[in-house]
Amino acid sequence: MSHDAQVYVRSQTEFEYIKQKRKKDMRNQVTTFAIMIFLTLIAFTTVAAGFSVYLIVPVILLLAAIQVVLQLYYFMHMSEKNHQVAAFFLYSACLIAFTFILTFLTIIWWG
Amino acid sequence: MSSIAKKKGFGATLWDYLTTVDHKKIAILYLAAGSLFFVIGGIEAMLIRIQLAQPDNDFVSAGLFNEIITMHGTTMIFLAAMPILFGFMNAVMPLQIGARDVAFPFLNALGFWLFLFGGIFLNLSWFMGGAPDAGWTSYASLSLASPGHGIDFYALGLQISGAGTYIGGINFLVTIINMRAPGMTYMRMPLFTWTTFVASALILFAFPPLTIGLFFLIFDRMFGGNFFDHTMGGNTIIWEHLFWIFGHPEVYILILPAFGIFSEIFALFSRKRLFGYSSMVFATVLIGFLGFMVWAHHMFTVGLGPTANAIFAVATMAIAVPTGMKIFNWLLTIWGGSIKVTTPMLYALGFIPSFVAGGVTGIMQAAAPLDYQLHDSYFIVAHFHYVIVGGVVLAILAAVHLYWPLMFNQMLNETLGKWTFWFFFIGFHCTFFIQHFLGLMGMPRRVFTFGANQGWDTFNLISSAGAALMAIGVIILVINIIITVVKNVPVGNDPWEDGRTLEWAIPQPVPFYNFKQTPLVRGLDTFWIEKQEGNKEGMTYAEPVSDIHMPNNSFIPFVMTIGLFIAAFGALYNGEKDWAIPVLVLGLAITLGSMAVRSIKDDHGFHIHKEDLMNDEGGK
Ligand code: HEM
Ligand SMILES: [Cu+2]
Repeated sequence: MSHDAQVYVRSQTEFEYIKQKRKKDMRNQVTTFAIMIFLTLIAFTTVAAGFSVYLIVPVILLLAAIQVVLQLYYFMHMSEKNHQVAAFFLYSACLIAFTFILTFLTIIWWG
Repeated sequence: MSSIAKKKGFGATLWDYLTTVDHKKIAILYLAAGSLFFVIGGIEAMLIRIQLAQPDNDFVSAGLFNEIITMHGTTMIFLAAMPILFGFMNAVMPLQIGARDVAFPFLNALGFWLFLFGGIFLNLSWFMGGAPDAGWTSYASLSLASPGHGIDFYALGLQISGAGTYIGGINFLVTIINMRAPGMTYMRMPLFTWTTFVASALILFAFPPLTIGLFFLIFDRMFGGNFFDHTMGGNTIIWEHLFWIFGHPEVYILILPAFGIFSEIFALFSRKRLFGYSSMVFATVLIGFLGFMVWAHHMFTVGLGPTANAIFAVATMAIAVPTGMKIFNWLLTIWGGSIKVTTPMLYALGFIPSFVAGGVTGIMQAAAPLDYQLHDSYFIVAHFHYVIVGGVVLAILAAVHLYWPLMFNQMLNETLGKWTFWFFFIGFHCTFFIQHFLGLMGMPRRVFTFGANQGWDTFNLISSAGAALMAIGVIILVINIIITVVKNVPVGNDPWEDGRTLEWAIPQPVPFYNFKQTPLVRGLDTFWIEKQEGNKEGMTYAEPVSDIHMPNNSFIPFVMTIGLFIAAFGALYNGEKDWAIPVLVLGLAITLGSMAVRSIKDDHGFHIHKEDLMNDEGGK
């Protein structure tokens, strides 16, 4: 990379655009954070309420999955540009791991 | 820091290599260490063939024979084929994409040392009470029952060298994603870079299952675990699944870079653009994906049930489709080309029929009912040697000749190169073709001897004779290398005269910063485009000459590795020697300590100044 420094000055419109975008991002993050707290509350409540294990386990797993997705997209910036490669690798890994788990369940432990 | 190379003494050179973070030097280290292990594995192969040359032979004992076949397979796959391919990836890939180095030069060095010391650890088993003897697959029901420390050496050695491979794989991925020169879009990357990319992705996903499996094995054998012991509620089949979830992608980790090397060779020596470039890329990625969906074809006879067998049989056969696409693309690249039959091209031409033969037997084995007949017979041995020797090893030998001038600025002798090819190629078919029939005649794999009345003696003798021919081929190659190194005639850049990709455009010997100015890539086969347009320099530049930031050499990767190496001895003798736990702790402390030093101490590297660059003629 070149070390002959270049100074780039933002125009007023660019500045306003970025400001607005940041504001929107912030709102999104706070909303997501609230949703995640809420989901966690549900998880704790199901346990505290003493529902059957067969209900609790799937519900918690589902909530966990939703939280992972929210985490990735809103806090780890996967919704933004230039994250396609990371997303691609992540989904490939999920697909592959899913195959392994499915096979293990069906032909080792249940079969 | 002057960029002009000076003659150095032996000590300085040694220190330079121990601390280097330069991808070109690490490539040489990989090539040298991998070749050493290739020779060791080759000697083991010769011992196997001597033992099997005649019936009722007692050249080696049954127990020693098991150790030799185990070490042969393990060495060849983990310590020879993969590292040598890593060497070529290091040497060529950054140059192909116009990068000054890999993304993490420090990790690159660490990866190499881990591989080397893992390999040394594994081989020390020969001198410390016996080598592993449960096959390279080390099935848990066998390996848990194996007395002595052989299997412990296997598990710990592979764990260390596996970590190195994993680090290397991640490094290549990040390099290719982030460090491509301006204009080098994904769909302009040379095929060797593409296959390096996909093979690294396979490493990323395939090595964790192996790591887990090996940890389970380490716990079971050294720390009182019961993961695989069915009498204690474990399950021995889980090792097989974990091993093959890794193992099948592993064979594609080996063959994809080989495909890449041959794709480069076919285009270069047919003096034509690679036919069907985008379908080649597509096929490579598809093979990568499918490679994860087929592992149970190694376990058809385990008793998974007809449904599972059927699903995995069909998935396995599906892989033949993208593989077939590649074969046709290569044929159509040669078709109508202006072909130059150099040594690398000779290997490429020999590769096609050999690999197709291996693929066809693969499809036969993929038919689960037929595999009940073929499994664990010499037919399997023939299959995987056809794909691995006929594919991977031919590619490695081709690449040695193809990239020698790029790595060392010397040309290997073409006549001797062709002699190597013919000896090796004829020897290879002689050794392994006949093994198909031995398998069909009922000879099981991994037997240490057979009776004179079984009718297998002639074919085994032929097979052993072929192995001798291959050995002669390799010896000629060694002589060729020695002559070339002693003569040391510089050849300059683009020695094959028809180079198409960026690595051939760089002045020779390659300056340690690779590119004085980052190149601008204007299409597939960049260098070819520039040559067609009469550009004498062979490159269009994307930036003016300016300071270059380079990383400092570091001894820390070596120390980190030594720590793990010491710790492994502690783990190995756990529960047997009093000093085991202290040694384990000491080793881990060295590793963690050097990691801490690395994290705390700032190392900003150095700059090569514009003025020095202007004066440097780039090695000419
Ligand atoms: C058309 C593609 C291929 C197919 C359909 C295929 C299929 C198979 C099957 C079904 C087996 C298991 C046979 C048994 O143990 O009963 C097998 C074994 C094997 N294959 Fe392939 N294969 C293919 C390509 C490759 C390639 C490209 C490589 C390596 C570069 C490879 C390396 C191996 C190895 C090492 C084994 C034996 C493992 C062992 O038991 O030690 N195969 N193959
Ligand atoms: Cu396989």
